[in-house]
Amino acid sequence: MPIGKVWVLAEKGDSGPTPVTLELLTEARAVASTVEAVAWGDDAASLAGPLGEYGATTLYDVGDLGGNLPGVPVAAALAALIEGGNAPDAIFLPATYEGRDVAGRLSAKLGRPVLTNVTGLVEGDGGLQSQHPIFGGSQIVTARFTGEGPAIFVIRAKSFAAEPSGGAAAAVTSAPVPDVAATNTAKVVERHVEERTGPKLDEAAVVVSGGRGLGEAANYALIEELAKLLHGAAGASRAIVDAGWVPYSHQVGQTGKTVKPTVYVACGISGATQHLVGMKGSKNIIAINKDQEAPIFSVADLGIVGDVHKVLPALIEALKAKG
Amino acid sequence: MNVVVCVKQIPDPAAPAALNPGTNTLDRSGKLIMDDSDNYGVEMALQLASGEGDEVTLVSMAPGGETSGLRTGLAMGAAKAILISDDALAGSDALGTARVLAAAIARANPDLVVMATESSDGYTGTLPVQVAELMGLPSVTFAKAIAVDGSSVKVERQTEAGYDEVVCPLPALVTVTAGVVEPRYPSFKGIMAAKSKPVDNLTVADLGIDASQVGAAGAGQEITDVSDAEARGAGEIVVDEGDGAQRVVAFLEQLKVV
Repeated sequence: MPIGKVWVLAEKGDSGPTPVTLELLTEARAVASTVEAVAWGDDAASLAGPLGEYGATTLYDVGDLGGNLPGVPVAAALAALIEGGNAPDAIFLPATYEGRDVAGRLSAKLGRPVLTNVTGLVEGDGGLQSQHPIFGGSQIVTARFTGEGPAIFVIRAKSFAAEPSGGAAAAVTSAPVPDVAATNTAKVVERHVEERTGPKLDEAAVVVSGGRGLGEAANYALIEELAKLLHGAAGASRAIVDAGWVPYSHQVGQTGKTVKPTVYVACGISGATQHLVGMKGSKNIIAINKDQEAPIFSVADLGIVGDVHKVLPALIEALKAKG
Repeated sequence: MNVVVCVKQIPDPAAPAALNPGTNTLDRSGKLIMDDSDNYGVEMALQLASGEGDEVTLVSMAPGGETSGLRTGLAMGAAKAILISDDALAGSDALGTARVLAAAIARANPDLVVMATESSDGYTGTLPVQVAELMGLPSVTFAKAIAVDGSSVKVERQTEAGYDEVVCPLPALVTVTAGVVEPRYPSFKGIMAAKSKPVDNLTVADLGIDASQVGAAGAGQEITDVSDAEARGAGEIVVDEGDGAQRVVAFLEQLKVV
């Protein structure tokens, strides 16, 4: 084992730990002899079973945050554990809304750097080194920390496959939030859940994404319809998110989500490096674009050089006809 | 109300990017422009600070006294800018950059600090929160709407399932996602006015920061290798002759997706 102990920031999903939590635990087991998890919320302890099943022996329970955003209080609780002499060699956090907040806060609090957008980990020079895709994933940079630990890695979803270890439930230890009055003041007053039909973008077996080539916002309906017919999720390029056509939560790419579906259908997307890095790990890629020179064709298994305004409606009709 | 917007001046994303041989840092020697992601923060700040006595200040760290990106934000309507430029900053990591920006932002004494969620070139996405922690400010990330109400800010924060309404007392730091507002185009008048707006040029020493805390010297990380990623095998590219949709259906059938 390259290192002794890893902490994994565990997030709770609709039912149990999120998929990326389990991916991080699995990788932690591969590189460290001891894996421990950290979770928050009034029912964080309920995660002890599933987290143990993926290798965590201890669960640090930060407890209920009273509606406050997790970044400040969870980072403070972690820093307190570390200052109490319980430092791990590395901390794995998911590249999610909360994971990034906790990582940034903890980094500044400890005066330790953070390596983000990690998609792979390798052993080298007696420690862990992280891999990061750059320039649209055409090149991989390997980096390492030079100073004292703990090493803080923010890891993208889908970087590792999750596999249970069959371990017993993690032992729950309380890790209370110390006094952080001045900064711990951002409070959630209401949660809005948007209706979602079909699977989540980063969990779907089929993802259909649209880009600027759709011409106008109203045409995104074609993407949604095709996604629905294929029991998949609808994604988007950064260009149309920036243009305000669809919300940020649909964005696939460097600044959005990483997806690795069985089939990815890119419609009217040129394939800027920004986009490629988020989807080139898909098993099969279909691209429809009118520009034969578009970079998206360099990663496509099937490329249709054609007008999305013609091909998409025809494709939707053909799939409907098949029933 | 004083609003500070952090603006990153980056190599034009349309131009091919490269790493500096030797240091493996991003080559920033060409023309720098304002990161597109920052358009939204500048626009949001201008809308929030549109009252009597309100002011928007831009803060940027860039090599070589670069101001071309800052001028874009000034042309949009920001009143002034603070630029930190110092050879000692070359090779800074996100935490080193956060130390510099935190010290510079504090000089403007802001009620609200606005930043993009992440930059288009480095995209570490942790810098805003590092700045907030160093300044002792609360933060709300991933804002898709911001409203200031007296002494607090109300934010619609993007979540996995939808969005949360978050309330936070000022002063605070907020990061905005792209697409949240329609950024204005600088007018001719704005572009002309921007040329004479004040830009305060600062060095690391001006900010009272120990040079060993920033730049390559202060970076607690290093690149050990750069290599080509495994390329995907070439696929079949066909020109649509009216059979494009059928080709896709056949491919999906072959994969047993339909």
